[in-house]
Amino acid sequence: MTTPVLQPKSEAELAEMIRAAQGPVSLRGGGTRGVAYGPGTVLETAGLSGITLYEPGALTLAAAAGTPLAEVEAVLSAQGQRLAFEAPDLRRALQRQGVSTLGGVVATNASGPRRVQAGAARDHLIGVRFVDGQGSVVKSGGRVMKNVTGLDLVKLMAGSHGTLGVITQVAFKLQAVPESAVTLQTQVPLSAGLALLRRALGSPFEVSGAAYGPFGAALRVEGMQASVRYRVAALKALLGGDWVETAGDALWEAVRDAQGLDDGALWRVSCKPTAAEGVVAALAGVAHQAVFDWGGGLIWIAVQGLGDSGAALIRGAVAGVGHATLMRGSGAAAFAPEAAGVAALSRALRAQFDPKGILNAGIMG
Amino acid sequence: MDMPLPDQRILNGRAGLIARLRGVLPADAVISDPAETRAYECDALAAYRCAPLAVVLPRTTAEVSAVLRLCSEMGVKVVPRGAGTSLAGGSFPTADCVVLGVARMNGVIETDYDNRFIRVQTGRTNLAVTGAVEADGWFYAPDPSSQLACAIAGNIAMNSGGAHCLKYGVTTNNLLGVTIVLMSGEVVEIGGPWSDAPGLDLLGVICGSEGQLGVVTEAYLRILPKPEGARPVLMGFAANEVAGACVADIIRAGLLPVAIEFMDRPCIRACEDFAKAGYPDCEALLIVEVEGSPAEIDAQLARIKDIALRHNPVAYRESGSEEESRKIWLGRKSAFGAMGNIADYMCLDGTIPVSELPYVLRRIAEMSAAVGLSVANVFHAGDGNMHPLILYNANKPGDLELCEALGADILKLCVEVGGCLTGEHGVGVEKRDLMTVQFNPADLEAQLRVKDVFDPAWLLNPAKVFPLDVTASRRAS
Repeated sequence: MTTPVLQPKSEAELAEMIRAAQGPVSLRGGGTRGVAYGPGTVLETAGLSGITLYEPGALTLAAAAGTPLAEVEAVLSAQGQRLAFEAPDLRRALQRQGVSTLGGVVATNASGPRRVQAGAARDHLIGVRFVDGQGSVVKSGGRVMKNVTGLDLVKLMAGSHGTLGVITQVAFKLQAVPESAVTLQTQVPLSAGLALLRRALGSPFEVSGAAYGPFGAALRVEGMQASVRYRVAALKALLGGDWVETAGDALWEAVRDAQGLDDGALWRVSCKPTAAEGVVAALAGVAHQAVFDWGGGLIWIAVQGLGDSGAALIRGAVAGVGHATLMRGSGAAAFAPEAAGVAALSRALRAQFDPKGILNAGIMG
Repeated sequence: MDMPLPDQRILNGRAGLIARLRGVLPADAVISDPAETRAYECDALAAYRCAPLAVVLPRTTAEVSAVLRLCSEMGVKVVPRGAGTSLAGGSFPTADCVVLGVARMNGVIETDYDNRFIRVQTGRTNLAVTGAVEADGWFYAPDPSSQLACAIAGNIAMNSGGAHCLKYGVTTNNLLGVTIVLMSGEVVEIGGPWSDAPGLDLLGVICGSEGQLGVVTEAYLRILPKPEGARPVLMGFAANEVAGACVADIIRAGLLPVAIEFMDRPCIRACEDFAKAGYPDCEALLIVEVEGSPAEIDAQLARIKDIALRHNPVAYRESGSEEESRKIWLGRKSAFGAMGNIADYMCLDGTIPVSELPYVLRRIAEMSAAVGLSVANVFHAGDGNMHPLILYNANKPGDLELCEALGADILKLCVEVGGCLTGEHGVGVEKRDLMTVQFNPADLEAQLRVKDVFDPAWLLNPAKVFPLDVTASRRAS
């Protein structure tokens, strides 16, 4: 039996489908990174595809939401540019197939290791168009880098997981690929490793990656060659110890994509960097593996053998210092429960944008 | 500019309102003497003035909450105010409102270098945030020109930028969390010293909401380690187009200066007369600043020089000392003062795609000539955020109206070429009626629905941001 799938080819057709919807609609771009998908008729945005504007000299790109991320990355790469926020490829971690789309990247605010320096997807998003739950087409932002005209619905749509509207068009600011990148690695215990990462991030040497995992503590420095050489030397002098220099992206791709955490449930924890060690310590006696990114501000944790996937322990430990999303697993809500005031505002916003309650219904509360 | 008629019922109840405000606040936190409330009749958009019913200056979030709860119960409008430096009339009062100023809430709550944040009360000035951490080698990046005076509350409300946001982003990219008091008096904590929202990014829509959604009383701000050094270079060009092409080439080359500032001839002349910065006599001038260690700065400036020389600059002057750096920035930083010295002026804030710079500058010159008002241009060229200054004479009947009409036409031009009405100053009352140029009814309706959620009775910062006819039914009900 096949589930009926809606595959609009244009924004107008999509808007008509939403207006006509009799029940819930389960939204996805390529279905590669959604934390959860709502019930109902599946709607895929892959048919809304294509780069509509690319101005290398203005560092801006706009494209239809269903445009594959890989296609955009290839076009940018040919011009020596990139999306600086390093969207993860979570297909292996979440056991998904499919082709990641720009809309999915925006809807999940997907951001990788460079976030500590360059910001998240939401910080690079300068414009969106979307279809709300009543089929109205709405735009916010545009194609310029600085824009404070009206309420910033661009940020609100980033990370809204399809619960406020179906994103149809996105615009990003871009970054030039630097001429050089060096990774520094050292094998030290967790506590010392995280302290090194924080110290590096608190230096003026512009670290663009700060992770800890089976590879030890790792730092990334990017930029003009002379500058990278200088900062690598300065970091080594500041931090002391034995650092090995490596080139290439493999380590950062592994951190970005939560590789090596295939067993059991998978958590994505955002927390105050100094709280990271304590969060993982709460799992003492439970089989688990953890990789730390953003100097400890992001922890990917795989947990084995707990009925609630470890929710009580992890969410208990992170209360007041961050929040935890269950990316893979069962026995607990995927999204972290919110404080009453925040939850009420979020619920009311969803009711305004999607009064019929049909867009990825119920996934965020 | 139209404002709604004041609510006669509220005006008549003034004495009772003030008595009740005194009931929830310390005596010195309520200002009701008309001689004193007049000090709050305008912000930096001084062309519009209207004294409020009363002014309150609370010291705590609890006091802010008590005021809002009371005003909400009584149906009284509230205009939040930071330091009153808005160029868009963002804290312009109505006759029937209470102005809620956060200036007395200016403390540092927590500084945490390990986690790279500072938590402050939002009445603190932008520069005093950096002031609290700079001795330890840190700074707060967004740097609006008014940073000596402007409050973080206003920075958050307007999503303020500054010369250095080309590299570091604007307020929204440096804001981690807020304590916000809703019009109902409810206090909500959003975000904190960690990344990402657990659910919807409410922080993202609160930042830049111009006091429409709530009063932000405390904020977690990202702080950064200070760069080892910075050095500007000044270059003069024979034509605006050439300077614009040079900017595009610098960006295209993948260099990331912290600032690229642009001044045209009228602005260069005025600044030179005023500040004697020693600027070259030319059509267009760029100030490009880079950061890092001395060796890194040398390497970046060598690249920038290569690019600049391809555009035949009439002047190219690299700073060789602190004193020379100060002089290069002196003219640029005194641009508004210099303009104020020769005439009254209106400062616009539209953003355009960088590629449209030469065309837009040419069109502005034509429009300015047709109307007979001078326009000087000084702006953040790296991100296309323009600041045309229209010079007029406030004492000459009809001149302000002429200036406003030219301003509107220039902003329409910005939208027409793919840009927007405001890049960092906000809409306020100033650009409220132009919103329909950039947004269609569905776009605006989506924004109004967000306001409905946070302030269902439409009492906060009335008659701003949205055209009055668009909001009429909501304000009436």
